Amino acid sequence: MSFSIFFELLPSTLADGLVLGLLYASIALGYTMVYGVLGLINFAHSEIFMVGAIVAVEVLTYVLLGSGLHPLLQLLFAMTIAAAVAAALAGLAERVAYRPLRRSNAPKLAPLITAIGISLFLQDAVRFVESLFGQFIRPFPSIPFFDDMIQVSSTLSVPMKSVVILVVAGAMLGGLTYTVNRTRLGKAIRAVATDRTAASLMGINVNRIVLQTFLIGGALAGVAGTLYALQFGRVDPFTGFIPGLKAFTAAVLGGIGSIPGAMVGGILLGLLEMLIGTFVPLLTDNAIGTEYKDIFAFGILILILILKPSGLMGRSSTEKV
Amino acid sequence: MITRRTVLAAIAATTAALFASTALAQDKQTIKIVTQSPLSGPQSVIGEGIMMGAQLAVAEFSKEVGDLGYQIVLQPEDDQATPNVGVANANRILNDAAVLGVVAHYNSGVAIPSSEVYAKDNLVMVSPAATNPTLTEQESTRAIANRICGRDDIQGPAGANFAAETLKAKKVYIINDKSAYGSGIAQTFEEAMKKNGAEVVLSTGVDQNETDFSSILNRARIDKPDLVYYGGTYPQGGLIIKQMRQKGLKAAFLGGDGLDSGDLQKIAGAESMTGVYFTTTALPLSQMKEAAPFVESYKARFSKDPEVYSVYGYDSAHVIISAITAAVKAKDGEMPTRAEVAAAVRQTNFTGITGPISFTKKGDVATAKYVVIEAAKSADANKIVKVLEVAAPDV
Repeated sequence: MSFSIFFELLPSTLADGLVLGLLYASIALGYTMVYGVLGLINFAHSEIFMVGAIVAVEVLTYVLLGSGLHPLLQLLFAMTIAAAVAAALAGLAERVAYRPLRRSNAPKLAPLITAIGISLFLQDAVRFVESLFGQFIRPFPSIPFFDDMIQVSSTLSVPMKSVVILVVAGAMLGGLTYTVNRTRLGKAIRAVATDRTAASLMGINVNRIVLQTFLIGGALAGVAGTLYALQFGRVDPFTGFIPGLKAFTAAVLGGIGSIPGAMVGGILLGLLEMLIGTFVPLLTDNAIGTEYKDIFAFGILILILILKPSGLMGRSSTEKV
Repeated sequence: MITRRTVLAAIAATTAALFASTALAQDKQTIKIVTQSPLSGPQSVIGEGIMMGAQLAVAEFSKEVGDLGYQIVLQPEDDQATPNVGVANANRILNDAAVLGVVAHYNSGVAIPSSEVYAKDNLVMVSPAATNPTLTEQESTRAIANRICGRDDIQGPAGANFAAETLKAKKVYIINDKSAYGSGIAQTFEEAMKKNGAEVVLSTGVDQNETDFSSILNRARIDKPDLVYYGGTYPQGGLIIKQMRQKGLKAAFLGGDGLDSGDLQKIAGAESMTGVYFTTTALPLSQMKEAAPFVESYKARFSKDPEVYSVYGYDSAHVIISAITAAVKAKDGEMPTRAEVAAAVRQTNFTGITGPISFTKKGDVATAKYVVIEAAKSADANKIVKVLEVAAPDV
């Protein structure tokens, strides 16, 4: 491999990796929120993300397309509705699948299983509903604005949608950090995360705070789903699984429970995937193809976790959020 | 959408018909024909089309065997385009003695392992769409595995000849989805392309769930191939086309019959379709002389347009029904065994909508059609570039 190819490829690889990483990070935030408060891995999160993605596509296709609104406003509107639906769904999942188990002091494994149940239920429910109205593979409507290329340098031009993803994911992180650290709700969330019993003795309605955490996590999943649909242009009821798994990995990599950790973990995983996928085949003269990138990415994950089991930015102390 | 109400009506009608047929079945002996195709997951558009085609054939052709005292019932199964699901279903089906024939599968990767299960009890299988050569080359399943479409060891080279002669492709990128179908067709294409003197710059697999092809396409921007070949199916192929065009790659794009779906354009976007071609073994309905009544009754029954392989599902089921009818007659109205039906399928000799159908000793359709299609902004406007009729190999 000549160095000129390396330098020619590097900028676009880093840019694509960053965008992919931001997508993972934006999904990872929801995992981390719920884990921070309940110590529970909400595996239904990836399907709530999928519902968000589908809702955004449907809203854009049937409500907003041809409305004459600026594309950014259309996206914002679709994102808001997706976030609202996803939040409602997450809230419902909390009430139906998690709260009863918490009340009856079920073993820790039980909510994990109900979460998987909810995942499968949502996949098939969405597939059923979408199939009634035609095909369930939903293409993101073609909005030229998001595909406009911005020339950054001679070797790098990025589409408008990458910029949108960068800005929205940044806003998600900023907004969430602010909410958790600076607001009353955030204070209550941190209190519940630290010690549920003590918090309830201090007059905090624990169930309400948990519900609100789920609502926030769901809304974040809805926004992330919209971004995903925008980036890849196609969603279906099974879209959630792989990105969900990657995002969960990102959360663990960054230190699950830590908000900046989720962001760092996501970006790192995206960059790793893209760098390995691009350069390992080049270095090995295609003997090891792009399809093996996940093996390397997860191998590195295992290595990091062996060296630092709590994740890059995780703390093993009681303060989790 | 206009079709919402009509789709609901169709579902209600099908349910009603199902109940009616079970009621009828009580005073006649039931023979089941199973379809296995992806009814869920990203490829279900095609899979459902195959199932509905078969359903229509059962409705239209089971009268004769009905007069002999048998009720033919269609049992749709969902193989989810996944080998282990297909095999699990196959094992369950095999235990149901009423099943005498299977219309399956869409994916070669599912068809090959499942055919080994069917072969345990000589249950005949007619595939409308599985194109990997192995399916009919295996000795162990030779008695029961049949297909009414062409083979990839002809489809791949047909694509390569088109790429070399018409597209004048010299530098090629080849991507496959690592399935039996995708890697098989990509390999035969690659071999033929090299024979034609073209340079294969990159030949790589991608995971079937992969949605981001940046790492390959960024390299392509530097290598500047004049053709990207993809062995795989349309949900992923559409994404590759879309991302190619977004990255400013103007190279031609070519693939196999896995891309043959009305949804290709929806996924890739109409503006990405310049220079997109695919080869297929499914002749477009507009090219079949006898297709008009089929299209009409299909639309009337399901309120949907037939998908590309619907008519192949229809003809596959027709083959099985005719074989069952012949076998029942040969035994003077007695219930035939699975082996007898399998043998009768090999004797098939009639003209279906897809053309004349008779099978070689291996189970390939004697003469198959291979078509090169240039994709347009919408699937209806797709243009046929070339039609080849090639006899099955090694007869």
